[in-house]
Amino acid sequence: MLPFEEILLVAKVQCTHSDPVAEELATPKGIRVHVHDLLAVMLEMQNHPSLYFDLLSCITGIDNGPGSDMEVVYNLYSIPFDHHVMIKVKLDRSDPRIESVSHLWRSANWLEREIFDMYGITFLNHPDLRRILMPADWEGHPLRKDYQHQAYYRDIKVEY
Amino acid sequence: MADNTVQYKYKPGNLQASAPNKLQPELLRAEEMIINLGPQHPSTHGVLRLELLMEGEIVKEAVPHIGYLHRCFEKHAENLPYNQVIPFVDRLDYVAAMNNEHVYAMGVERMLGIEHQIPKRVEYARVLVAELNRIASHFIAVGTYGMDIGAFTPFFWVMRDREHILRLLEWASGARLLYNYIWIGGLFYDLPVGFEERCAEFVQYIKPKLSELETMLLQNQIFIKRTADVGVLPLDLAINNGVTGPMLRASGLRFDLRRVDAYSVYPELDFDIPVGTGAMGTVGDCWDRTYVRVQEIYESLKIITQCLDKLNGEHKRTRDFDPQALVPKKIRPKAQDLYVRGEIPKGELGFFFRADGRNDVPFRCKCRSCSFTNLSVLPELAKGILIADLIAIIGSIDVVMGEVDR
Repeated sequence: MLPFEEILLVAKVQCTHSDPVAEELATPKGIRVHVHDLLAVMLEMQNHPSLYFDLLSCITGIDNGPGSDMEVVYNLYSIPFDHHVMIKVKLDRSDPRIESVSHLWRSANWLEREIFDMYGITFLNHPDLRRILMPADWEGHPLRKDYQHQAYYRDIKVEY
Repeated sequence: MADNTVQYKYKPGNLQASAPNKLQPELLRAEEMIINLGPQHPSTHGVLRLELLMEGEIVKEAVPHIGYLHRCFEKHAENLPYNQVIPFVDRLDYVAAMNNEHVYAMGVERMLGIEHQIPKRVEYARVLVAELNRIASHFIAVGTYGMDIGAFTPFFWVMRDREHILRLLEWASGARLLYNYIWIGGLFYDLPVGFEERCAEFVQYIKPKLSELETMLLQNQIFIKRTADVGVLPLDLAINNGVTGPMLRASGLRFDLRRVDAYSVYPELDFDIPVGTGAMGTVGDCWDRTYVRVQEIYESLKIITQCLDKLNGEHKRTRDFDPQALVPKKIRPKAQDLYVRGEIPKGELGFFFRADGRNDVPFRCKCRSCSFTNLSVLPELAKGILIADLIAIIGSIDVVMGEVDR
């Protein structure tokens, strides 16, 4: 079996809310899962004996703009089997919440903090969810598509 | 006061409001204290601030604070056409700008589907300059690391030798550090006439200097005492933390994206992947990390020699060769998501692109930087060690804050 089909099948077994959707246009190929299925899928991805995704390379937050949704994209890589996969989750833009995977991969800790900082996505059960790049008293989340920067920060003009 | 002046009005509570401490002084037990290290301390390699919970000289907890060098790379990238982002990419890991450009250009070319059409001469020239820059970056890492723990002479030596590399790259691109040389689909210019000969001379020059450096630093008893068995990073912790590059290899895994992903012309080149063996202490200690970096310089020299052979032979300079021939006038990739990664001196640099197919600017451009994830392992390494060893560990991670904060 092709690696991607096998990964999709493994994901499908874990999904209880809705079936995973294959995204062939993505490189590496992606799987879209329901937000409530994420944790079960990720746990299986990490522990399945023929996948063993041990390296979480990257987590990306995406804002599709007002009236649309937000996305979180996980890039997993398996060092022993040389598999790549991209796991995508859609979130409600008015109240973006998602389970943290930092107990599975420690690298998720800072990556999730960065997404919280830039998009205001709340990661549930995250050990230390604080802003990481912006100052703690910054207003708003800069990478949102409808972001309006504040005029002044500590009497310094923000305009760039 | 004129409108365009920037005035910072000092108020006592500003620092606590913008970068609050995580550790609470009220919760301290007897004999404990909180020490603030950085952000302007020379041994933190830039603007890294650490909050340390100390008991005497023992670090009980370290809390890194980053973001002092945040320059909004992702925001800029989402507002500029793909080709205009390259100068910003230079400024991520500013001591290895060629490597960053190489990965970025590769990603956009892959989105456009022209990755396999790039002329071989261009690819070999890219690898040549990238490996030169890798040597320069490792020189900085090893030299400043020596200086961190008291060895002053190697720093001057490597800066002297790095100068030769910077002059070569300046000759090719016109800039010493931030090159904008590798373009999407090609190069800014072809290599200057005589570059290959000068490069070969440099390889001849640097080899004895390297063995000198090894004797002076790696075999130095004081250096070994300061670094062996210090900051041991076990392999499972390293992988789980997303650590890549020389740090991962020092922990004993032969994992190099140049080999694993076999991108560009690396599959045609012959080089080894050095790993840490624990020769002076335990596998994955600070000595191993430095050792791996020095060995990688040798491997880069091997690659450079092979590139020079190709550039002088098979893919020789011709009068009508145009390195900009494939540079697209308008870059508008099809709607897609793409994650591209490549090996830069610190580890895996990745870019996540989302193109919507209607715009010349990326909808989303995320940079996965290796220094950022490598630094996130520091709180794990810093538990229960001496504060002097903490300095040794920070240096061995080889962080470039420009890449951590982006």
